[in-house]
Order: sequence, then structure tokens, then C-alpha cells
Amino acid sequence: MSKVRTLILRAPGTNCDVETAFAFEQAGAVASLVHISQLISNAKQLKDYQIMVIPGGFTYGDDLGAGKVLANEIRLKLGQDIERFTENGGLILGICNGFQVLVKTGILPGILPTSKPPLTLTTNDSGRFECRWVSLGVNRESRCVFTRGIERLYLPVAHGEGKVVADPEVLPKLDVALYYTDEQGDKASYPYNPNGSVENIAGICDASGRIFALMPHPERFIRGSQHPRWQSEDTKEWGDGFRIFTNAVKWAQGL
Amino acid sequence: MHRVEVYLKSHLPDARGQGLVRDINDLGITTVSDVRVLDIYWLDAALRPDELDMLCQQLLADPVTQEYHCDTEFKSQDKTDPGLYSVEVAYNAGVTDPVEDSITKAVLDLGIKDVRAVKTAKRYLIRGELSKNELEVISSSLLVNPIIQHVVEHEVVAFPESPRYHFKLREIDLLGAEGAKLSEIAHQFSFTKDELEAIAAYFKKQERNPTDAELETLAQTWSEHCVHKTFRAKIHSGDTVIDNLLKNTVMRATEELNKPWCLSVFEDNAGVIDFDGRWALCFKVETHNHPSAVEPYGGAATGIGGVVRDIMGTGLSAKPILATDVFCLGPPDLPYDRLPPGVLHPRRIFKGVRAGVADYGNRLGIPTLNGAILFDERYTANPLVYCGSVGLIPKSLSRMGQQKPGDLVVLVGGRTGRDGIHGVTFASEQLTQESTAVSYTSVQIGNPIVEKRLIDALLKARDRRLFTRITDCGGGGLSSAVGEMAAETGVRVYLDRVPLKYAGLSYTEIWLSESQERMVLAVPAECSEELLALFASEGSEATVIGEFTDKRRLKLFYQENLAADLSMEFLHRGRPQLELKATWQKPQHAEPDSAQPPDLAEALLKILGSWNVCSKEWVIRQYDHEVQGSSVLKPLVGRDNDGPGDAAILRPILDSKMGIIVSNGINPKYGDIDPYWMAASAIDEALRQIIAVGGNLKRVALLDNFSWGNTNRPHNLGALVRAAQACHDMAIVYETPFISGKDSLNNEFEFEGKTISIPHTLLISAISVMEDTSRAVSMDLKQAGDLIYIVGTTQNELGGSEYFRNLGFVGSRVPKVKPHQAKKLMDRLSLATEQGLVRACHDLSEGGIGVAIAEMAFAGRLGAAVSLKDVPLGEPIDRDDLVLFSESNSRFLVEVAPDDKAEFERILAKTSFACIGRATSSGILEIYGTREKKVASISVAKLKEAWQRPIRW
Repeated sequence: MSKVRTLILRAPGTNCDVETAFAFEQAGAVASLVHISQLISNAKQLKDYQIMVIPGGFTYGDDLGAGKVLANEIRLKLGQDIERFTENGGLILGICNGFQVLVKTGILPGILPTSKPPLTLTTNDSGRFECRWVSLGVNRESRCVFTRGIERLYLPVAHGEGKVVADPEVLPKLDVALYYTDEQGDKASYPYNPNGSVENIAGICDASGRIFALMPHPERFIRGSQHPRWQSEDTKEWGDGFRIFTNAVKWAQGL
Repeated sequence: MHRVEVYLKSHLPDARGQGLVRDINDLGITTVSDVRVLDIYWLDAALRPDELDMLCQQLLADPVTQEYHCDTEFKSQDKTDPGLYSVEVAYNAGVTDPVEDSITKAVLDLGIKDVRAVKTAKRYLIRGELSKNELEVISSSLLVNPIIQHVVEHEVVAFPESPRYHFKLREIDLLGAEGAKLSEIAHQFSFTKDELEAIAAYFKKQERNPTDAELETLAQTWSEHCVHKTFRAKIHSGDTVIDNLLKNTVMRATEELNKPWCLSVFEDNAGVIDFDGRWALCFKVETHNHPSAVEPYGGAATGIGGVVRDIMGTGLSAKPILATDVFCLGPPDLPYDRLPPGVLHPRRIFKGVRAGVADYGNRLGIPTLNGAILFDERYTANPLVYCGSVGLIPKSLSRMGQQKPGDLVVLVGGRTGRDGIHGVTFASEQLTQESTAVSYTSVQIGNPIVEKRLIDALLKARDRRLFTRITDCGGGGLSSAVGEMAAETGVRVYLDRVPLKYAGLSYTEIWLSESQERMVLAVPAECSEELLALFASEGSEATVIGEFTDKRRLKLFYQENLAADLSMEFLHRGRPQLELKATWQKPQHAEPDSAQPPDLAEALLKILGSWNVCSKEWVIRQYDHEVQGSSVLKPLVGRDNDGPGDAAILRPILDSKMGIIVSNGINPKYGDIDPYWMAASAIDEALRQIIAVGGNLKRVALLDNFSWGNTNRPHNLGALVRAAQACHDMAIVYETPFISGKDSLNNEFEFEGKTISIPHTLLISAISVMEDTSRAVSMDLKQAGDLIYIVGTTQNELGGSEYFRNLGFVGSRVPKVKPHQAKKLMDRLSLATEQGLVRACHDLSEGGIGVAIAEMAFAGRLGAAVSLKDVPLGEPIDRDDLVLFSESNSRFLVEVAPDDKAEFERILAKTSFACIGRATSSGILEIYGTREKKVASISVAKLKEAWQRPIRW
């Protein structure tokens, strides 16, 4: 069986591309780093891939709002190609800045016509960029293929604009795959919810379950020694984030 | 012209504004209830209403959270509302708006082609009862920095046409100058008398006057910042003469040690050591003090940007994998009436430099894993901002490249503007009250995304071997970068080919500009096409601006006109050596006269809550320390991820177990007593941290960074000599060579006829290779019932200690280092760690045993009971407070499981150590004195609260 191919999209200011590629490779996929200018000049190459990832970073400096400039570029120049990619069963993962980009393109949540985006990600309630580890609960009802079989996760976040804000009528329609919790798994406020996200939303997926985005960084916890307390706690060889990648690769193998 | 104003929907909280409310409260103004921050965009364009609406809806405003106004009368509301004040702040002309590039790009993506230029501004709507004076204080203390910004009074931002520049050669009449005129030239270019005489003699031989570009080139190349002329001076110290302090101390140690793993020392932009035989590590720390004093955010941001370019400019370009930063600042609670005129308040400098480092470092995707923050009132006018970076490079590319005549000079990265002109001479001068008013051209904001594009493109170009040499454009701009690169060959540069941010720059301005995010490559002609195409594909600019020759001359052209023609020999070897005098006398400081307090809990709480010791979590969390996925030991450790880690460990190669340890040592308060022992202590501290986290001394390299007052004063220079000698002496015994360094002199401030000098400050940064990162140890107590050992000897050494400082004394018994003993002890402790016998380890520094045990306990969410009775003493000490808070060097607290007791003690045998207590589950820290009387009993939660409270902003 040929290996699953993953496209890791780079843009000016992307900075988590290398470790994200490493995570997919550890999970058994082939990962290629592709610059946005390269993809725009040859969008057909998308069909060679089963998974597309928009990794973390500060694309275009996050000027005008996190992910905004890249989101516009993707929407205007690659919108149809990405639609075709997902219609053909492709998976899309957005991490941190990738979440912001997917929301601001309208690709997520994908439940309404894109003319009026129903939700956005905005400045943390603390007003600060913060890097900290968070506990996450996984919604078992979610259609998300990336989080299948996972109950809880412990992952780092590092962002200044991770607060999900949504119109009230949109909230019940969202497929919330991941939410922030305290150490016991209950919903809790800051600092457990690091940004003030509505309903503790940490990650969402579309109706197909194949487009998924989250603020925490699974690629930063793929082996046990990345855990902040691996010296004192029994940590496994693989980190919590790793299963997101193996899930994606396993699903894509079936394509 | 269009003006667009974007604001948050009124029902949403404004996080930026709430931060400002807190800052306003800190100013002592408590009547402000709310601040809203509005983004203003000025567009130089004539758009149709539908185009403008589309632009706002799809780009400038977020449809879920924001609303906007275009070109309408929108200020009516605040004019009629007496409790609402509006302050609009825009960038000064000539300051590059960091957001402009992104907006221009995004506007084009939307298919709107006729926007000629964009500027941004901010409008603050402040609600509360304020006097005119209070509003002015808020505005000048928090909202506007006149160096880069101004308050918009008349609601129109102009887009002036830049005037075109017409070439006109400027010559300086040096040969005809005498007396006062000569002094004026010397002053203008910051030359010493000897230097100007040498230059005059050179041009006399040439039978012509110098051009301005020639004198500027000499001024930059011969500046303290570029050539370290104090460290290379002939120093008369008593009866001895030191011909080149650097070569005789710091560099001599490296030569004597002659370690085969030192790959490139004191020659390139960073020092380089072998990592694993295949990869090498580069390490460099720089200061960016003067720019940070006048514009903290921009100064610190360009500091991190600059040191990262040093890493990219080492060998044939390394990948930056870690950032470290150390700040020395005035106390955040300094009363405003003690603030010298023209100086920013320490709290504002603190917040500004923190934000600058975070915004720039985070955007580059480089984890900031290590650092330190120190406070002393003498840093108020001269804050120190050290920025450092580690790079990873294939060992085969780790030596400085060498171009061939005929190779092209290629300028890559950002465009050139008037930014930072004369930054180097500014950096080497003393600050005055007026500095903040006149130094505006020396400061800029920096654009991290331009630098990130540059990193991405460069590493690809390196791997395709498209260039033969690289250096960064730092201080002195092209004049230093190209002048240095071409020293052994020669070069012709066509200045009119340099891409500019705006028209109107003269050839000299282009040559001297310190615009950020630029580097210079030597590119073989046959590679240039591929290189230019590669940079274009990464969205990074690359331009051929000249070629290297074999003529050993520096020739500058503007269009067809020759603007400079200097011999490389004279430029690089023609500088007369400085002669300086050094003296040093041990200062006298009184010992405290108070008796030991019966209960030491209060003293411990006070030290934990002091600015120097207290938690810096507020800062650390705002740095991304997880990016690149490499961190093994994080800056915040322990049960709640908030204890103070001793050193950072990372695994730079994701599938290798080998790691890097980075640490730092800095103790300026010891320098008030004796700079020799200050330097020795700083080295010991940096090494202790490496040992504490599980490293060893087998492969440790050091960097020195001296920040000093004016070294033309013999006693300051004498102090520098002593510190440098300690660097040599300690490095030899510890076998830890120096691989690079930097100095920043003249950190003084003059006002009202007084001169305030910073304390002598030496930052030692250490990098170490760790064979197996699974041996890493964190400092938090792990298990109740475990034994707590002290390793090392305690002396009556509280001179310069936090304990004495809290009592209002300096003292005279400065902590010394016995390096032979210390090395033996560290080697044994490393062995114990390697064998897995150490569960937790914390090095003892400020606050001694007291602070260390408290930190270990609260980080582990455990209690501890320790007794001072068995602490090994090097001399009789009859007071518990002195034992508890002594800051003697080369000491550690170690947690050992009871089962490992015998083996641990066997390995440590013949060193100085003792078991002094146990970890407990009580949640209480109990300390017993030398007479077995309880001298402190205090809940760990209370200790932690005291430690966390000061900087919980």
C-alpha cells in the first residue's frame, strides 16, 4: 500500500511546519512542505495528497487579525481547489493559526453560506499571548475523524487570539470536537480555559468530520519527553497529540 | 484619501483596553473605568463606495466582532460626551509602519489595484473623570512614544511625496582643518584625536580630502561597537601594561584549553562548537541597550532580530533554535519623583522590552527558553537588554565562508530606509537627557515576518550551496557588513542599486542605514540566477549590488560616480591603538548591625517577594517556549508548571536523544564589592545550573557580555580588567572555553550635573551538550519521605546578598569561588545524576538555602523539614540567618530517594555534603537552626503566594 501523502502548507510567518511534518512522518505518512505561492501557481498538485494541513505560526504577521491575510488569499485564490479536495474525501487539519485561517476563510464550520461567517477567533480575555499546557475533553458525539477513540488530551497552547466567539444561534449547530477542561475533566474557567472561548471550545470540525481545527498544538506532544512533568510522572512513550496524527493517517489510508 | 475606523462591537469586552485600564491604575489615576482601542486605517486611494465597503467587510473588520466607519462624521459622539476622551496616535513620518506590507498585499489579493499607500493609527477612547493634566500623563506615559509616534491633532494623515535624490559628492575639508575645526570633525564622527590624526595623514598621502562616505565608513569600522577598542587597548594598570585585554584574558583561556570541539571561536558572528560530529551549535548573545532605553518595544525587538541574524550569519548560515534574553531594569515600583527627566519609567521599559522580545521571537518561531530579569535603581536610565540565540548548522558548513574575486555582492531581506542611521556611534556614546529627543533616527520597529521569510529562503539557499559567504547587516549597516567581508579581497558597491523603502536617500545614508532584516551574501556569478529565483519564490527580496574584487580597495559608486575609495589595509589595520589607564581599589561597605531576628519566616517571605527573586511567570508565559517541539526541560517546571527551572534543555534534532543545555549567570551586586568575584560567581552560577539539570562539564562553552560604565574612568576600567582576569582564571580550571563575546561600554546617564553609572554587569551565558536528555532533572521535590542533601560548602558570604539588601546593606564578604574544589564537586554530582540517583536538584543562588528549599517545596506541592545544624561550613558561622541566606557559590540542594542513600553518598564521598532534612507531605516548610530550635515554620502555599504576587500583572 502506498503511503499517505500530507501537504503542509507554508506561508510567510508559518513556524510550526517542521514539527508538524515530523509528527505526520512518525505516524507513517509522507509529508511535503509546500509554499502558498507554489500551491497557487500549481493548484492541481493538491490531488496528489490525502491530507492538507495549515500549521501554526503568525502568517503575514497576523496583521489585521490572526490568519486574516492568509485566509483571504486562500479563499480568493484556492477556494475552488480546496472545495474539490474535500469533495474527493481529503482531510484538512488546522492547528492554531491554521484554525484561525480555516475559520476566517469560512471553510470551518462550513454550515452556512460563506458570505457571513458565523464565528471567529479573537483576542484572549487576558489580553495576552500565553503559552501553557491545557487539559482537553473530547466530545464523543463529534463526527471528527481526528479525535476518534480519544477521551482526553493534555496539550500546550501558545496563542494570543484563541477565543472563539460565535453568534448564539450558531452555537447549537457547531460540531465541537474538543473543549477545555480542568484536571478532572470538568469545564472550568481561566486558566483552564486559556482564552475565554465560548463554551470552552478548543477545536471544531465540519459536518463531514474530515475538516478539523484546534488551538492547542498536538505536534508539540508526540513523545513522552515533551510532557512538562515527564521526570515526575509516568509518561508513555508517545504523547497525547500523536493519536490525532495516527487517526488522520489511518483514515486517509482507507481513501 | 480614505479613513477607516474599526472598533469592537459594544457588547464585547476590549481586552487591549482593559490592559490599559490596569496600566492607568498603576500610574495612580484611578478614575478611568473603561478604555476602548480603535484601529484606524488611512488609505491613499480614491475608491468607489462599494469597493471600500468590500475592503472593510472582507479585510479590515472582523464581521463577527467588529464594526467600522468609513469617511464619515463619527466623532460627534465623543464630542458631546463629557466623560469620554479621545486620543489618536499615529506613526511619525519616516517610521516604517509594520502593518503596511500585509495590507498592501491583501488589498491586491482582493483585486483592488489603486491603493497607493496605507498607514495605520490607533484611537483610544478613555472613559472616566480626568483633568487635562491627567490625560496628558496617560498619553505620554502609555500611549505615545514621541520617538516613533505623535498624537494626531488634525484628523488628517499626510502621504508626502518623497523628494528625489540628486547625486552630489560631499567632501570634508580635513586637510585644510585646524584647531577647533578639527575637534568639530572629530566630534561629529566620534573619532579620538589620535584616530583623526591617522586619518588626516592617510588622506594627505592621497593628496585629497575624504568624502563623507569615507569618514563615515572609518567611523563605523573603528567604533567601539564594531572593533571593541577598549578591550583591545593598551592598558596601563599600576606597573603592568596589558596589550589587548581580550587576547590576554578571555581569548587566552580558550587558546590554552585548546579543545578540539571548539570549531570557530572569536572570528565569526557567533562561536561554534561541535554537537554530535555531524551537527554544530552556534551561540551568540548581544546587547541592545541604548535603543531599548528610548524605545523599549522596538529596541528589544530589533535586539532579538539582530542576534538571530548573527546566527544566520555564522558559518554558511545556521537555523536559529533557541532564544534567550536577560533584562536589567530599574525597579518597577520606582516613585515617579525619582525618575530622571527624559527617562521612561522602569515599568514601561519592562513591559515594552518584554513585548518586543515576545512579539518578534514568537513570530520567528524560535522558542524563548531561558533568561533572567534583574532590578537595580542604577539601571533606570540605562536598562540592559541582552538578546541571545543558539543555532544548529551542519558541521561541514560551520566555518566562516570565503568569497572569490568576481563573486557578487547580494543584499537580501528587507528594504533600506533611514532607520538607525548612526546607531553604532549612538550605541557607543553616553546617554543624556537630550538623547531621547535627538536619537529618533537610531530607533526602528522591525518586521519579524520579513526576517522569517529571510530565514526560510536562506536555509534553502544554503542547502543548495548558492552562496560562499554570508554576514548580517547589523550596526553600521552595509558599511560594516560589506567592509568586513571584503577586507581580504576588495569590493565595488553600486549604492543606487540598493532597493529603498522610499526615495530621497543619499548615497551615504544608503551606505550607513541600519534598516533591519537585511543580510549580505557573496554569490558566485553562476549561482546568482538560481538564488534570485529562490528568494523570489519565498517572497524575500534579493538584489545584486556589487562584486568582490582582488584589489583590496573599498570602492563605492552612485550611478557612475565614485563616492569612496579606501584601502582595505588602512580601513582595517590603520586604527591607532587606544591607550588607557586602569586603577582599582576595594570599596568599603559596612556590615549590617542588626541582631538575628528570632523568626526567619518574615525574612524568607521578603526575599521571595523581592523583585530579583520573585516569579517571572508573567513574562515567561508570554514567550512561546514550545515551538519547534524541542523543549525537554521547560522554563516553568513542577507540579503546577510554575516553578523556576534552573536551565533549559532542548532536543534540537527531533529523532535524537542528544540535547543542549543553556544557562546564564549574572550577579552585578557582587561587582559593587569586587568585580573579580562577581565574574567568578557568574561563571559558577551558569555552570551550577547546567549541573543542576543533569548536565556535566565535559563540553561547556561560555560567552561573555560586559556592560559597563565609562571605561575612560580608570576605576571603571580597573574593574573591567579584574572581571576579565577572573574569566580567564575560572575558565581554565573549569575547562570551559569562551567562544564569543560582546561588550557595551559607556552605560552612563548624566543629569543635573550628576553621572549615574550602571553597576558593573557581566552576563555569562553557557551552552552545554547533553549526551542523553532522559537524564534531565527538574528542581521540584518529587516524593514525600525523600532525603534532602546540601552539596557544597557554606561560608559567611552575604556581601551583595538579597538578605543584606533587604536590610539596607551591601556588606563586604563577597561570595568567592574555589574552582578546583567546585569542579570536583560538580563532576561527582554529575556522576550521581547520570546514574539516576538524583530526583530533584536546585542550585543555590540569591537567598541561598532558604529560597532554594522554599522553591523546591512549592514547585513540588510538598512540604519539607530541614535543619541547618549539619550544613557543612567553611568557617564558623554562629547565626542561623547567615547560614540560611548565605550566597556562597558552588552549592546545590539535592533530593535523593531513601533507597539510593548509600550509593549517592558513596559517589559524593570526599566532597563537602550533608543530609539536612526530608521532603514531607505536610505542606509546611520547617527550618531548624544550628541549635535545633525551630527558626521558621510556614505554609508552602504562603511562600508561593509571596513569590508569585509581585509580578502578577
